[in-house]
Amino acid sequence: MKKIVILGALSAIARQVARQIVGHDVEMLLVGRSPRRLAELRRDLQLRGSKRVEIFQADLENLEEQRAAYEYARRQLVDFDVLLLAYGALLDPKSAVCDSQWVTRQLTVNFVSAAAALTLFAEHFEKRMEGCLAAITSVAGDRGRPANYVYGSAKGGLALFLQGLRARLHPCGVSVITIKPGPVDTPMTEFFQPRRLLARPESVAAEIVRALERRRPAVLYTPAYWRPLMAGIRALPEPIMRRLQI
Amino acid sequence: MAVPVFSRRASVSSPVPESSLGRGRRDIESWGRYPHGAHRRVLRAWWSDQVPACLANAGPASILPGGLRRSYGDSCLNFGRDLLDCTPLDRFLFADFQRGILRCEAGVTLHEILRMVVPRGWFLPVLPGTAHVTLGGAIANDIHGKNHHRQGSIGRHLRQLMLSRSDAPELLCSPNSEIELFRATIGGLGLTGVILWAEMQLKPVSSPWLLARKSVFKSLDEFFYLTAQNDDSEEYTVAWLDGFARSDPQGVFFSASHAPAPVENHSGEASLQRHAFPVARGIPGQCLNPWTIRLFNAAYRNYQERSTRTKLIHYRSFFFPLDSLDNWNRIYGRGGLVQYQCLLPEDPGILRRLLAKISISGQVSFLMVLKRFGNLASPGILAFPRPGLTLALDFPMRGRRTLQLLDELDAIVLPCGGALYPAKDARMSRAAFQSSFPNWRRFRAAIDPKCSSSFWRRVTEW
Repeated sequence: MKKIVILGALSAIARQVARQIVGHDVEMLLVGRSPRRLAELRRDLQLRGSKRVEIFQADLENLEEQRAAYEYARRQLVDFDVLLLAYGALLDPKSAVCDSQWVTRQLTVNFVSAAAALTLFAEHFEKRMEGCLAAITSVAGDRGRPANYVYGSAKGGLALFLQGLRARLHPCGVSVITIKPGPVDTPMTEFFQPRRLLARPESVAAEIVRALERRRPAVLYTPAYWRPLMAGIRALPEPIMRRLQI
Repeated sequence: MAVPVFSRRASVSSPVPESSLGRGRRDIESWGRYPHGAHRRVLRAWWSDQVPACLANAGPASILPGGLRRSYGDSCLNFGRDLLDCTPLDRFLFADFQRGILRCEAGVTLHEILRMVVPRGWFLPVLPGTAHVTLGGAIANDIHGKNHHRQGSIGRHLRQLMLSRSDAPELLCSPNSEIELFRATIGGLGLTGVILWAEMQLKPVSSPWLLARKSVFKSLDEFFYLTAQNDDSEEYTVAWLDGFARSDPQGVFFSASHAPAPVENHSGEASLQRHAFPVARGIPGQCLNPWTIRLFNAAYRNYQERSTRTKLIHYRSFFFPLDSLDNWNRIYGRGGLVQYQCLLPEDPGILRRLLAKISISGQVSFLMVLKRFGNLASPGILAFPRPGLTLALDFPMRGRRTLQLLDELDAIVLPCGGALYPAKDARMSRAAFQSSFPNWRRFRAAIDPKCSSSFWRRVTEW
């Protein structure tokens, strides 16, 4: 890992990733929405000893701003070898499950814009014939559940998209990593209980950094116990799952 | 066919889990794990620009900003109301390693600060007994350390701080501007608003190693002799008291100064423990009884008497021995512990009376630590450190019996002009607080009307 672009760098997990790779002699470009927070984050990373930190303000839901971010990355970092897509939104599930606008927005942020961004950046990696694309999806995408199937379907769709992209880029020697964290202690899970089950962003970030360095596994469950757990949940027959209401 | 629990109707009536915010949080406790209670909500500030809105939306006297909750009692709790968790505010903002000036957000821990500044030849001017406290918490409790006789409390080393209050989103406080608020915030227990960031003056050091010495003392007079002799020449001094000594307290006197020259590749660095050893949940409180405490004290004393008198020691081992145990407070079991840290005049008679009272009661303090404060005054209005002796005790919480003993100790400490330390307190009475801090009314004027804490209500309200 020499040069990394982080989309959604202000998310709690991405911030920890950025902090942990400071010592690895990596140049980074952080893309996020709030210029004030990006500047704060850059200052912090520089003081912690980062080699080079570029920031770019963009609302990645907007495809034009996405393209602007991509071009900025090509211009500034030129030859970046890692992309981490870390943004996502879990809109307040209380507000409206039956509101189609709410559903559309949830799907747009988590799936449509993410798939578009990955397509855009894949171009760069395809030409380069080397590198690593990684995106944070969720264990929620492994099975539809009443509590968060809208978010889950977007993340599940993204996981499927990544699976296809991985196969497509395999001949070029580009690795694609699907990161599936369980619930992590971030602003997204403010309403989650019991709190003790939340993973710490630091430990999730550490596993992500390790995966980015090793360029594998293809699908990273973090913390690791989610892999057998989700395998079990996926294996539950539909009639039982429906009645369990979990 | 359908079992009632799995009934389909239930899903229609509650399609999503009710937000937990409304249900209250019972899992928040302070380091002493006493008292217990439920909070209404725990808000979290992920970025400093969110803090003004949190304060603006809060009701009157409803919110308390907090850090890692290493205070022992209820000064970091706000039962029935809200907490504002500031630990995600953990960014460094500015550093000048020529002059030793560091500015960082209030949620940065002292551990992180040390990791950043020590390799560059700087050190925190004041260190408490654990590195796992936030800078904001350190300021709010105006912490002191083993070098109080040289450096005073941390409030003396602050250059400026940014305070967010419900009536002013950002207010720069320093010894030159907003002086009253600056002085109230130092030792202000988080009640004057949210500290967004603080800037302090670091202390230059030649190496992370300390040259430590120790001497065994057999009487209080010896302790006074040792402290008088060492306080001028040594940067850090502190004494451990043997809880089971008979008429006259005995113990070990520790002193240390920074090693003069850089110690390169000292073999000790590698031997430092990498990860803290976790203490299991659910240890029964009975594990700490007078017998095991006696055993520990005897073993500790034996070890100290036999081991080397002078040695080179890494700062982490010297300052934070208990940090090598993760959650050591669990050793005290479910009931928790109560700390008692008081300030006494430099009079051996009073100290003797205090120790006699404890030994008569049959209750035993696991650790007893004695230190002489210097006469460097803190700028804080509610500052605890003042010239005199400070004695810290910790008792396993055994309900009424323990509380009664501590009340009896109050009756010795307070009439002679002593004081109690709010950061460690879970039980002091209104009268005890108000006699410990005669300036408390002046402090009350500086409190943010939206802030309050369980501690504050206990010591000021009926």
